[in-house]
Amino acid sequence: MDKIKKIPEKVSGLSEKLNRYLRRNAAGQTNEHKPRPVKKNRNTKKTIRETLVSWAFLLPSLMGVLTFFVLPFCVVVFYSVVNNPIQKEFVGFSNFVRVFTNNAFKQAAYNTFMFSIIAVPLAVGLSLFLAVVMESGIPFKSQFRSFFLSPMMVPIASIVLIWQVLFHFNGIVNVVGMYFGGPKIDWLKSDKAQIVIVVLFLWKNLGYNMILFMAALSSVPKDLIEVARLESATDSQIFWTIKMRYLSSTILFVTIMSLINSFKVFREIYLMTGDYPYKTLYMMQHFMNNTFASVDYQKLSASAIIMALVIVILMLIMFNTENRYGKDIEG
Amino acid sequence: MAGLTLPTGEVAFYEKAIRKARRKKKIYKYGIVAGTIICAIFAVLFLLPIILTITNSFMSSSEISANYGAVFQTTETGGKVFISKTVNLKFIPDIVTFDQYYTVLFKSPEYLLKFWNSMIYVVPILTVQLLIAMLASYGFARYKGKVREIIFFLYIIMMLMPYQVTLVPNYLVTSWLGILDTRWAIWLPGFFSPFAVYLLTKFIRRIPSEVMEAASIDGASEWQIFTQICAPLCKSGLISIAILVFIDYWNMVEQPLILLNNDELHPLSVFLSKINTGEISLAFAVAVIYLVPPLLIFLYGEEYLIEGISYQGGLKG
Repeated sequence: MDKIKKIPEKVSGLSEKLNRYLRRNAAGQTNEHKPRPVKKNRNTKKTIRETLVSWAFLLPSLMGVLTFFVLPFCVVVFYSVVNNPIQKEFVGFSNFVRVFTNNAFKQAAYNTFMFSIIAVPLAVGLSLFLAVVMESGIPFKSQFRSFFLSPMMVPIASIVLIWQVLFHFNGIVNVVGMYFGGPKIDWLKSDKAQIVIVVLFLWKNLGYNMILFMAALSSVPKDLIEVARLESATDSQIFWTIKMRYLSSTILFVTIMSLINSFKVFREIYLMTGDYPYKTLYMMQHFMNNTFASVDYQKLSASAIIMALVIVILMLIMFNTENRYGKDIEG
Repeated sequence: MAGLTLPTGEVAFYEKAIRKARRKKKIYKYGIVAGTIICAIFAVLFLLPIILTITNSFMSSSEISANYGAVFQTTETGGKVFISKTVNLKFIPDIVTFDQYYTVLFKSPEYLLKFWNSMIYVVPILTVQLLIAMLASYGFARYKGKVREIIFFLYIIMMLMPYQVTLVPNYLVTSWLGILDTRWAIWLPGFFSPFAVYLLTKFIRRIPSEVMEAASIDGASEWQIFTQICAPLCKSGLISIAILVFIDYWNMVEQPLILLNNDELHPLSVFLSKINTGEISLAFAVAVIYLVPPLLIFLYGEEYLIEGISYQGGLKG
């Protein structure tokens, strides 16, 4: 019933506009200027109803997000600038200074940063390479795809056992390494510990990234590539100048997802080495856990805010780079 | 046509082109072989740890100690069984035995209890999070508005935040509500996680709006459009996101460590790391049991998962 009412309303709105237009013309005004874009009338019944409907659908999620993430985060911001949650005395940036001068924080931030800066480009590059190989027309494509994706499904806790067997002081990697004359090292308790974690990270994440790249590669317009071939472009030219531009938004997405996942690598480290890992494996999450244990809300809040800021800045940089590189391609 | 002859120079040109094309084809063929080999190597490397875990779970405890004693045996339990100096990597057990599984399933209830804990966290979170996210993403995708755009952007930022950031507000709320150290501390923040909202919104936005408009003109109510048009069209997206959410919570380590002091409530993922050094022979069997649910889900939903992941790419889309 509602709908029937709406149509005459729309029509009457139109006729009013037409009337206005006619009147203006009759008054001798020339209509030389560009026709004004029709302003969306915000107060029609339909838009109000649409707005209400979409807010109604949003409501449950919005309420939860507000109570569990947004509002408490505001409190976190508040806690980061007061001396303690009971006295609530404003102390400016001294909490941040305290965090920045904390050696454990420095170590954790450095390790987390180093891990991400090694692991994320590797995860993006290698998976892109695998995707290109997979899309080049090799046989058993779907089988390979399942194999590469399967580590993603394996719970970390199930696999750390084998990982320990592989990288222990008496482990297989050392046995094989020594056979070829390599040194015997306790991987997880040496400066090479991060390599083990990077390998585990790649093992887990390459498949997912690869699927994303494969989808993007197959969506590059075929005729564009054919034209380039006719113009006798080499394969590498086609890849770098055509495919890469179409891939740019996927590269951004994969980089961001890998970055998110690289912050989750604490799981692997914790399950393999427990609460007190070797110092190069001491990540941000370890620092947070220890700070939680000491119930230092101000320090916690300050470090959470620092972390959030760093992430936001990183995202802005990535979005801007991608915008500049892939702006003339839609999709 | 028989009289048509090409100038000699041109013949040479075409011959050269043909030769070039043949060479290219040959190179392409080699490329395929090389690509297959590369993929095969990677596939073996990727599957090896999984296969090893599964085969090792069928070994008897003495065999495991003999093989991996050098890794896991510590001084307090050493000396009872023969321990080799280095590790023997064995693919096939000498004797296939289900002893480990028998012990885990019938003799030591703590493993099953922790397994049950994992289940009891994941299943409600999965259901409720997807339900709420489905509603919200319909709200985001169906109609557009400035304020909603801004809120959606906020959701993206929240989704990108690592646990190191989100756990602090979560901890504050759960302690205010007095649900710290209860299952609700894991459940409630999980219900409202913005991850699924973002991915589902992208999925719904791909549905042509004409489909929903048409239904609306035919007199379908908004709820009918949502349940009977939007939801079925999102099936593969929903399943793939469900799988991603499932893995994420099945693997959770950070939340229980901070929000649950009581070890009894910990999921198996945290608990497994603690038995690693003690009852090493059981650990493999537990690891395999823990691996079964995600593996089954993977086998069931692989196609959906791949399709769903493929749709995700392109953050702005």
